[in-house]
Amino acid sequence: MLHILRDSRTMVIVLLIPVILMFLFGFAISTEVNNVNVVAVAPVQNDYIRGVLSRISENQYMTFKGCIAPKDIDATLRQSRADAVMVFNHDRPVPKIELIMDASNTTVAQSAAACLRGIIASEGGGMTEFVTMRMLYNPQMKSSYNFVPGIMGMLFILICAMMTSVSIVREKETGTMEVLLVSPVRPMHVIITKLVPYFVLSCVVLAAILLIAYGLLGLPLSATVLNVVWVSLLYILLSLALGILISTMTERQVTALLVSAMLFMLPVIMLSGMLFPIENMPEVLQWVSYLVPARWYIDTMRKLMIEQLPVSGVWENIMVMGGMTLLIVIIAIRKFNDQLE
Amino acid sequence: MDRNDRLAISVKGLTKRFGAFTAVDHITFDVAGGEIFGFLGANGAGKTTAMRMLCGLSFPTEGKGWVAGFDIMKQSEQIKKHIGYMSQRFSLYDDLTVVENMRLFAGIYGMKTSDAKLRIDELLSQLHFGQERHAIVGSLPLGWKQKLSFSVATIHRPEILFLDEPTGGVDPITRRQFWELIYSSVNEGMTVFVTTHYMDEAEYCNRLSVMVDGQIKALNTPKELKLQYGVDTMDEVFRRIARGATRSE
Amino acid sequence: MKTLLVLLRKEFIQFRRNKFMPKLVVMFPMMAMLVIPLVTTMDVKNVNVAVVDADKSEISRRIVSDMQASPYLRLSLYAETYHEALDAVEKGAADVILLLPTDYEKKLVSGHAPSISVHANGVNATKGQLGAQYLSQAVTQTLIKLKRERGIVLPRENIYVQNRYNPTLDYRIYMIPALMVILVIMICGFLPALNLVGEKESGTIEQINVSPVSRVTFTLSKLIPYWIIGLMVLTFAMTIAWLAYGLVPTGSLLTIYAATLLFSFVMSGFGVAVANCSSTMQQSMYVMFFFIVIFQLMSGLMTPIDSMPQWAQYITYLVPPRYFIEIMRAVYLKGSAMQDLWPEFVVLAVIAAVMSLIAMLTYKKQS
Repeated sequence: MLHILRDSRTMVIVLLIPVILMFLFGFAISTEVNNVNVVAVAPVQNDYIRGVLSRISENQYMTFKGCIAPKDIDATLRQSRADAVMVFNHDRPVPKIELIMDASNTTVAQSAAACLRGIIASEGGGMTEFVTMRMLYNPQMKSSYNFVPGIMGMLFILICAMMTSVSIVREKETGTMEVLLVSPVRPMHVIITKLVPYFVLSCVVLAAILLIAYGLLGLPLSATVLNVVWVSLLYILLSLALGILISTMTERQVTALLVSAMLFMLPVIMLSGMLFPIENMPEVLQWVSYLVPARWYIDTMRKLMIEQLPVSGVWENIMVMGGMTLLIVIIAIRKFNDQLE
Repeated sequence: MDRNDRLAISVKGLTKRFGAFTAVDHITFDVAGGEIFGFLGANGAGKTTAMRMLCGLSFPTEGKGWVAGFDIMKQSEQIKKHIGYMSQRFSLYDDLTVVENMRLFAGIYGMKTSDAKLRIDELLSQLHFGQERHAIVGSLPLGWKQKLSFSVATIHRPEILFLDEPTGGVDPITRRQFWELIYSSVNEGMTVFVTTHYMDEAEYCNRLSVMVDGQIKALNTPKELKLQYGVDTMDEVFRRIARGATRSE
Repeated sequence: MKTLLVLLRKEFIQFRRNKFMPKLVVMFPMMAMLVIPLVTTMDVKNVNVAVVDADKSEISRRIVSDMQASPYLRLSLYAETYHEALDAVEKGAADVILLLPTDYEKKLVSGHAPSISVHANGVNATKGQLGAQYLSQAVTQTLIKLKRERGIVLPRENIYVQNRYNPTLDYRIYMIPALMVILVIMICGFLPALNLVGEKESGTIEQINVSPVSRVTFTLSKLIPYWIIGLMVLTFAMTIAWLAYGLVPTGSLLTIYAATLLFSFVMSGFGVAVANCSSTMQQSMYVMFFFIVIFQLMSGLMTPIDSMPQWAQYITYLVPPRYFIEIMRAVYLKGSAMQDLWPEFVVLAVIAAVMSLIAMLTYKKQS
């Protein structure tokens, strides 16, 4: 049971993963579109064009990179020196503006086109601003809040399900499991002693994440923290049960690893709504996502931590997670006992 | 130069420390060419660590040593061309067949394909491998695995053969066969350096060293050792020497 | 050289005989290529708007009805108070709130109109930001139309948007090259690490270490199979992209293969180096996981590098997949050629050389 603590390098990395992840998500990564590089093709300049260009320079999402010759448009886009090219045509009585977007990045193209249209329209309207925009919950548009639940959902699966199953299967591989099983210790106790260090580790990771989220990322602290903690403990139990289940189904460490990576890690990242909105998925996959425990956990965490809902707002999710835990524990115990016979 | 060409192995004050723990503590001995040199000791006495240093698997902390005329500190890769090693723990590929394992190591030691083929056939018949030659190694019983390990260690006819508890967990008949194999290797001109804790096997060695707590406490022929301690069996010799041991598993 | 061939043959026999690996190398890319593009749509549709109309004028009603004509926006709630709208956002029933201030029409006529406010749910930044932009665009257009109707002369501009390289703005087309990168990262990174640590755990590496095999030869025998597998996985993924999504590279295949080969040098070297420094599978997996997460997050795979703060952008220069993703997207979608991308190729080649060297140097035959 102490072997994991002895392995100090592993410990450091296990604790480093959440800290680095939180830090990167909190301060480095954002899904919002920023710093869109715009170049213009404007052979003749007039007040109108200068007005549009100065508005672009002033816009916080845009970076104006200067004017280029029409023949360079293609090369500029292909060498990724600009995300958008604005072509002002003067050979017609009505000013015509062509926006050539590098749509190889669809999000940037979509967002930048919408923003540029707005800029052109307000210049044309001769107004300061028709509309002001504000973001709720995290007005600086820090995506960090959004990712905290996702990181938690992913890490607990990693530590509890993946690593627990690998460590149990390792004992099977090396044969030490047999030694333990023929000893007078009850089989379930053997498993439980294997789980305790990972449970403790998960609690430490949970504490680290909450500390960073509330301390560093400035998530508003309130009474819901307690709810966050106990729901997370439930999810940790669920993941541990998953770990046992995987370990009963596999004989080799590599298999346990890859099975848990493919059956659990990938769906967690893809289907849990952590990175990609669930509502955009095809119907079938939405149904599949209901089977992913992390989906329920991440959703619950989002509501508790970010929207600060009281626990009554998420009791359905909690019931589902509780049910899943019970079911997995029952299947895992049954499988484990089958294996002994 | 302390080097002596006639000696297969020559070691002076060889020491290995892991942190504060001294696994091997200033051991000194020589092994002559063509000898069967037994390395005795309880579990944890430092036998395997000493052997690993000689084979170039582990760096000595202190001391000097020559194996097959090469310096263990500087020329470990040269040494590896001239030795064969059979580890205590089965360390061949479980998912390859007997022949595939042998071919692999024949290739690794740079044997010509035609030579390798002859040598493999010779070893297979010597070891009485029949149908098993195309069996996946993982499915073989331990005795067969050990015989395969031995044949892989000798496939390139090394000058010196290092055997780390070759007969551990093997039945008495196979043990007997093993010693016949060891003798025939010596007849082919190999020097054998073998660790064991079977005292009856110790009797088969030309000379013996007994390690206790990382140090060599006795080194002589089995006959002389028995005389020296005034007892009839090696078993008793060993018990007398090992009485003061502080380390054991 | 002959020793290398012998060792390589052993690797291939082992691979073939493994019950799991060949299936993994085929199934994983197939699953990933078929399922993930369905999931990863960042396209924002059905933005739910909660309207708080404090004006209740003809103009405000016109704004709302025009807004509903937009294919992206959907009126989900006509709220009486801001609080009610906020509540809807918290429950997930609305993504964006449109606030029409009191007496807006009167003030607009007098020329002192306040701004109309759009408040977006910031929890999902992509949806919030895009939704807010669509909404403000719709509102702006309505207002401009109104002005013209009232005889205020405005310069009429025509805006044409050309979405080059991906005219339908299909998010899948954006994701597929990135997905190929993920596949190469996973397969060429994890598998050699697992393989080598496996040899350490089973003790077979001992028999190799005691033989005269050189470090370079042994390391190469662990790397080369994954270079080949990397190219196979890419070929496989490209075939699926073509069959399932009709997406074929615009640029040259040779450029793509060259970049993939360089990148599989990087990843397999990395995997081997990690394995060399770990003693158990668990340990190596933690380390691999740690770096692979950083690789995926900091390489511009899912989120634009340009949106990162400056210090983070500097870090991305050290993240090898960054260059591979740039090359893959540019060649696949934009048809960029080697000469457009030579800086990326040079950096990738340097990292590949360094990584292979590290893989060889971290392998210690003697402890």
